[in-house]
Amino acid sequence: MAGPGGDMQWCFSQVKGAIDDDVAEADIISTVEFNHTGKLLATGDKGGRVVIFQQEIENKNQPQFRSEYNVYSTFQSHEPEFDYLKSLEIEEKINKIRWLPQKNAAQFLLSTNDKTIKLWKISERDKRPEGYNLKEEDGCYKDPNTITSLRVPVLIPMDLMVEASPRRVFANAHTYHINSISVNSDNETYLSADDLRINLWHLEITDRSFNIVDIKPANMEELTEVITAAEFHPHQCNTFVYSSSKGTIRLCDMRASALCDKHSKLFEEPEDPSNRSFFSEIISSISDVKFSHNGRYMMTRDYLSVKIWDLNMENRPVETYQVHEYLRSKLCSLYENDCIFDKFECCWNGNDSVVMTGSYNNFFRMFDRGQRRDVTLEASRENSKPMQVLKPRKVCAGGKRKKDEISVDSLDFNKKILHTAWHPQDNIIAVATTNNLYIFQDKVN
Amino acid sequence: MISTMECSVDAQSLISISLMKIHNSRTQRGGIKLHKNLLVSYVLRNARQVYIKEKYAEIYRMQQYEEVMTVCNEIQELNPLDLDAEDADEEEQSRAACCGEEGSVCGAALQRGAAQPAALCRTGSAVSGGCCPLEDGAKDPEPSYYRSCCMEAPPAAPCDPFSAGSGAHCNKTTVLDLDTHVVTTVENGYLHQDCCCGQGAQSAAKKRKVEFGCCVSDVDEVPDFTRKRAKREDCAFSDYTDTSNISNLISIFGSGFSGLLSRQADLEQICSKQALASLGAWTRAIVAF
Repeated sequence: MAGPGGDMQWCFSQVKGAIDDDVAEADIISTVEFNHTGKLLATGDKGGRVVIFQQEIENKNQPQFRSEYNVYSTFQSHEPEFDYLKSLEIEEKINKIRWLPQKNAAQFLLSTNDKTIKLWKISERDKRPEGYNLKEEDGCYKDPNTITSLRVPVLIPMDLMVEASPRRVFANAHTYHINSISVNSDNETYLSADDLRINLWHLEITDRSFNIVDIKPANMEELTEVITAAEFHPHQCNTFVYSSSKGTIRLCDMRASALCDKHSKLFEEPEDPSNRSFFSEIISSISDVKFSHNGRYMMTRDYLSVKIWDLNMENRPVETYQVHEYLRSKLCSLYENDCIFDKFECCWNGNDSVVMTGSYNNFFRMFDRGQRRDVTLEASRENSKPMQVLKPRKVCAGGKRKKDEISVDSLDFNKKILHTAWHPQDNIIAVATTNNLYIFQDKVN
Repeated sequence: MISTMECSVDAQSLISISLMKIHNSRTQRGGIKLHKNLLVSYVLRNARQVYIKEKYAEIYRMQQYEEVMTVCNEIQELNPLDLDAEDADEEEQSRAACCGEEGSVCGAALQRGAAQPAALCRTGSAVSGGCCPLEDGAKDPEPSYYRSCCMEAPPAAPCDPFSAGSGAHCNKTTVLDLDTHVVTTVENGYLHQDCCCGQGAQSAAKKRKVEFGCCVSDVDEVPDFTRKRAKREDCAFSDYTDTSNISNLISIFGSGFSGLLSRQADLEQICSKQALASLGAWTRAIVAF
């Protein structure tokens, strides 16, 4: 990856989370998302908690400036629930977090589990009122007979307190498991997608949502594909895309009709028949779809590759990057141990020149579109000295293993990086291993 | 065309693994994951297609072999083995011609001539696909007939009816019809329509036992052979029921997610109650939401 004057180098900045090798299931990170300025970084976990980190900017003028992310707020977003009617437990795991653009002093984000979406307000409180007439300091009510004078309460400074309060709960609209939420560019509506349906909500209205896509067949036994991800276009508030388990992406225009079952565009690449195997359907299932910031491209992630699509060309992607092609011969074992069902996400950098996605063995990959270069890096505690430069890693697919290379059979498939996020403006990335969050920055020369 | 070269796991194992995953998903926290189960059903469909193709290919091969052997036997009956050398040569040539590649066993038997009892009889380990070793070290039939958990019998060995000694005469083929799940045994020219697989194996075994007893000329050898056969069939039976359950479940998936599967001829006689129960549970699970 070439930056000005040479290759970009990534350095370790911070790692958040327990050092224990024994991972508590509730601590498994399930989503990572920067807000629109990059000052806030939110993570969700399997235990239903949201942790928000804030970037502390101490002195931007200094060349050795290093911004650090520190815990800003932690709250329990979702609790486990039980659907008595269907005898089903509803997991509290946070599937997705999406920030709303900031309108006032408070921050808002949407978080969702399998069934319910919640709008959270995160606000700061650094003053408190003192001098109530009818209440004591501890909150007890005074005896009105003892009050002899009136005074105006005053606001006095206090230690900063960050409060998270649920402002809206959008429930009971999804029969199947919610996999995506996406805030519209109009800042008033958002969509939520489950396996078979996509609903459109207004942020202010919780008791109603519009169904805009429904692919449930009349007879469930005829089911052949499900919705795997959905996203609104970053600028066109009428446009959204959704990906399917069959490897197709459909672009829909809400101006065309109320129900967008009929797509405006269908993006699909014909399957290579020479690669046909028992697992062809599984590895072609798209696990994530993301529009580029400029809205001209979109990126999809399937099990083995990342594809960049031009919105004006439906019959094939413009770029395809192999993430870990060496796994193609291991699909059988990956099926047996369920790894083949892992859903990797992908992300763009701020100017859409580089894309990033995760892999196994705590490796993550970056593809520089302009330079046609790619690099494999590792998030590990061994490489976590402050400002330590990450060394590129290489996987040896077969034959003679060179020094510093790692062979495919030595890869740890329990260490997977499913969630990554890129700061919207700077070269700062957040990479989630199973229960740790790594923050890397490019080396400041 | 699915390439099966990528790993050593065969279609049958994949089917078992997939069914196990579907079964486990029912008790998973958070409810059945529709997406994952859909993907697993695709693997199941692909494995089933390969499995059925392999089975049909095998049946076709066995039927061809059986036809060839029938012709060989007819020729053999017309021309007793105590011929002079000249005629024997002609015999061999014509037999070799008619037997083709399957003629290895046939030809080997004939070459030994009348001098030695060519007891090539296989005892009724029809179910397991195992076979008692050929007595005088004749070449084993092609290994393709000896798959693990094979539901069909290996082709009946030609037994020399004129040899002294064991004189075991068993000429039988067992075929499983995958569409109707009917096990059919062709024995000594008598057709036995066994009932459905699962129940079929046991009754077929009993039938064969009885038939075998009638046709053996040497009484002393009967208990030995029948004991061997019964024993072999016992241990093969558990394999057989596993695979018959799998084939039942395969047929169940023929009626589930029908959009994924090509339309099949009517499935008759799905006789296992367990199979029916799982079908109901599976359909219920899918529409449980």
